[in-house]
Amino acid sequence: MIKKEKNLFDLLSEKPWDLEQSNQDNLHSGKTINLTKAHLGLKGIMTVSIIFFSLFIVTYADRMLLHDWEKMPEPKLLWFNTFVLFLSSVLFHLAKNKSDILDFKKVKFLLLIIAFLAVVFIIGQVIAWRQLIAQGYFFNSNIANSYFYLFTTLHVLHLVGGLFFLKKATQKVYNENIRAPSIQSSVKLCGIYWHFLFLVWVVLFGLMINS
Amino acid sequence: MSDDFPEQKFGIEAKSSEVSDGGHIPSKTEEQVESEIPEQDLYHPKSFITKWIFCQDAKVIGIQYSITAISIGLLALVLSWLMRLQLGFPEVFSFLGPAGYYQFVTMHGMIMVVYLLTALFLGGFGNFLIPLMVGSRDMVFPYLNMLSFWMYFIAVVVLVASFFVPGGPTGAGWTLYPPQAITSGTPGSESGIVLMLLSLSLFVIGFTMGGLNYIITILQARTRGMTLMRMPLTIWGIFTATILAMLAFPALIVSCIMMTLDSLLGTSFFMPAMVQMGEHLKYGGGSPILFQHLFWFFGHPEVYIVALPAFGIVSDLISIHARKNIFGYRMMVWAIVIIGALSFFVWAHHMYVSGMNPWFGFFFATTTLIIAVPTAIKVYNWILTLWRGNIRLNLPMLFSLAFILTFVNGGITGLFLGNVIVDVPLSDTYFVVAHFHMVMGIAPVLVIFGAIYHWYPLVTGRFLNEAMGKFHFWVTFLGSYAIYFPMHYLGFIGVPRRYYEMYNSPYIPTSAEGLNQFITIAALVVGFAQLIFLYNIISSIRLGKVAGRNPWQACSLEWQTEHVPPQHGNFGKDLPVVYRWAYDYSVPGAKEDYIPQNVPPSEVLGAKVEKT
Repeated sequence: MIKKEKNLFDLLSEKPWDLEQSNQDNLHSGKTINLTKAHLGLKGIMTVSIIFFSLFIVTYADRMLLHDWEKMPEPKLLWFNTFVLFLSSVLFHLAKNKSDILDFKKVKFLLLIIAFLAVVFIIGQVIAWRQLIAQGYFFNSNIANSYFYLFTTLHVLHLVGGLFFLKKATQKVYNENIRAPSIQSSVKLCGIYWHFLFLVWVVLFGLMINS
Repeated sequence: MSDDFPEQKFGIEAKSSEVSDGGHIPSKTEEQVESEIPEQDLYHPKSFITKWIFCQDAKVIGIQYSITAISIGLLALVLSWLMRLQLGFPEVFSFLGPAGYYQFVTMHGMIMVVYLLTALFLGGFGNFLIPLMVGSRDMVFPYLNMLSFWMYFIAVVVLVASFFVPGGPTGAGWTLYPPQAITSGTPGSESGIVLMLLSLSLFVIGFTMGGLNYIITILQARTRGMTLMRMPLTIWGIFTATILAMLAFPALIVSCIMMTLDSLLGTSFFMPAMVQMGEHLKYGGGSPILFQHLFWFFGHPEVYIVALPAFGIVSDLISIHARKNIFGYRMMVWAIVIIGALSFFVWAHHMYVSGMNPWFGFFFATTTLIIAVPTAIKVYNWILTLWRGNIRLNLPMLFSLAFILTFVNGGITGLFLGNVIVDVPLSDTYFVVAHFHMVMGIAPVLVIFGAIYHWYPLVTGRFLNEAMGKFHFWVTFLGSYAIYFPMHYLGFIGVPRRYYEMYNSPYIPTSAEGLNQFITIAALVVGFAQLIFLYNIISSIRLGKVAGRNPWQACSLEWQTEHVPPQHGNFGKDLPVVYRWAYDYSVPGAKEDYIPQNVPPSEVLGAKVEKT
């Protein structure tokens, strides 16, 4: 939840020329939302990303109704991949808790496992593609297939972007010179993004197995 | 991002960073984190390359954006000349073929809307003005900001590259509608369109990086005392437009990705089953209308992404040069926010003739007309700001006045076109061309000119030449009316747009021919006047009259910097502290006719506070 000092409506109905308001305003720190800039940046990215995927889902829903839609089978492997992603999300939650109590040894260990699981997930997705291609479900043979490959690719790309920040967070934990709050912030934000990646995958996967 | 460069600290700190607004308890962890990490740790350039090329100073990035945008805009200007030569004098210039004509139309439209106007307003003015006007040392993520510019630059390079690939750039029209955009027969349907889609995607990625910066800087990095409702309207306009862009651009990139796949990998997201030259194409089942919805879900907010910064900037120009506070500041802010919100509910008014449910059209006609209300409020407020003001008829003011006139003109034709029943006969005629050029071509460009004349002294420390400026103004202003007024008439008599040549169409009177020639000549003249403007910009860097500090006697913070032009870090040792809004002009009882935002009440004891 974003904690605002005032709600939007109150904010927009301030009278900046009013003497009383003016005395109050002179003390204002200039910050609107009580979050760090990195946290807000992450929220911004996630918002844009949610819109991005939502629009794809809207087109999916629209395109699905047309007559040439042929449902494609989902390899069992995808369930395993989903579990891997779920596990890494849980581990990230643990890592965040550990970093909150300054147990950075455990954090190091957990972050490395998460990175490993991310690689396992990506490899798993690639194997799933290969299975489907072997069965003759090509990218352009039906629109449902196109969506499947498109969604999985975009999701993996988001994961790869996340890995970049995971690397930065891991480097921070290993760097002796960086102070605890900075590490905690990185681990926390990275964790939020990992939960986000899991949720996006659940939505996309749920959409594809149900249609 | 700042931790990438553990450089020496700036040596000076913002006065204080804790939130001291009464009434809330700061949450522990976030606040601690914020106070542990230094507020702004700027990267100091050490070489020419880090100072001018891979620069992280928002002011330099703003200038880089502006120069790139204006350069590519000049290309679009030349393309418009070529189009006009064909329309005014068909069959005279042998180098102008139908394919080339469509390519010029497409590239002109796309460059002007996306690569010039959006990039210049948000990338150029946004980068230069946001940190200065809100009293911050730089953007919150300077490194990301630099990446944003270079992403934009690569997007422009890819766009230009499409002129040199086999088949040339795409000629699908700036809306890039499938199926024709990627079907053979349309110019550039092989590689031109792919480069265009790639370039747009890069633009969106780059813009998202910049947009995060603009939004978070405005929300979080303002100086002490600068509440949201004390911000200059320029910042409000840029802020709201950036939010619109962050919400609307995903629609563009989504449609770009899907169309690229249709084109390269043979998927059928948008492509229906088609027979071409007796042959069934590999496509089938896709929905072109879906693309139109996606495109205009981006495309209509895009109009306001361009218009809102223009609204904001022109409000400031009018207030400063009429020496009066802006009439109805809060109403102006509300109008900006309401227009921004409504702009997401009107997109299908671009698709009235695509065959939609009448109730659907009715809904979109209604929302479209509702937008006229906040827009009209803004126009009234500009006029009421001028009312009994101490108007200084200098160049920024002239351009602002011209903007109001042009915007009202284009807005009113918008009311015609927003109604389904009026739109249907006028659709795809020159009336539409005249309308959108007036409202989102000429009007924002006039604001850009006014803004450049206004802020040039801040960027370079010198004024632009006044005489050349007057010439530029009158030719541009009158000339653009000479171009677009006759187009309304052409539209009424039914001349369709997008036609390479009308040949001997019996329903088109010969007067249309003469008008087209007149328009072409006017367009050439107006285009050449811009060269004088460019010469003025370049020569005034050295030869212009020295402006000194705060030459327009403005209240907002960008003019209150220690050095002119402001240096890296913007302000001196301490960040300014803000005690008032940005519009304290001609305050009764004050010695001078303006009180800058950072002047405390104790220094202007006689000044009366206006009670509204």
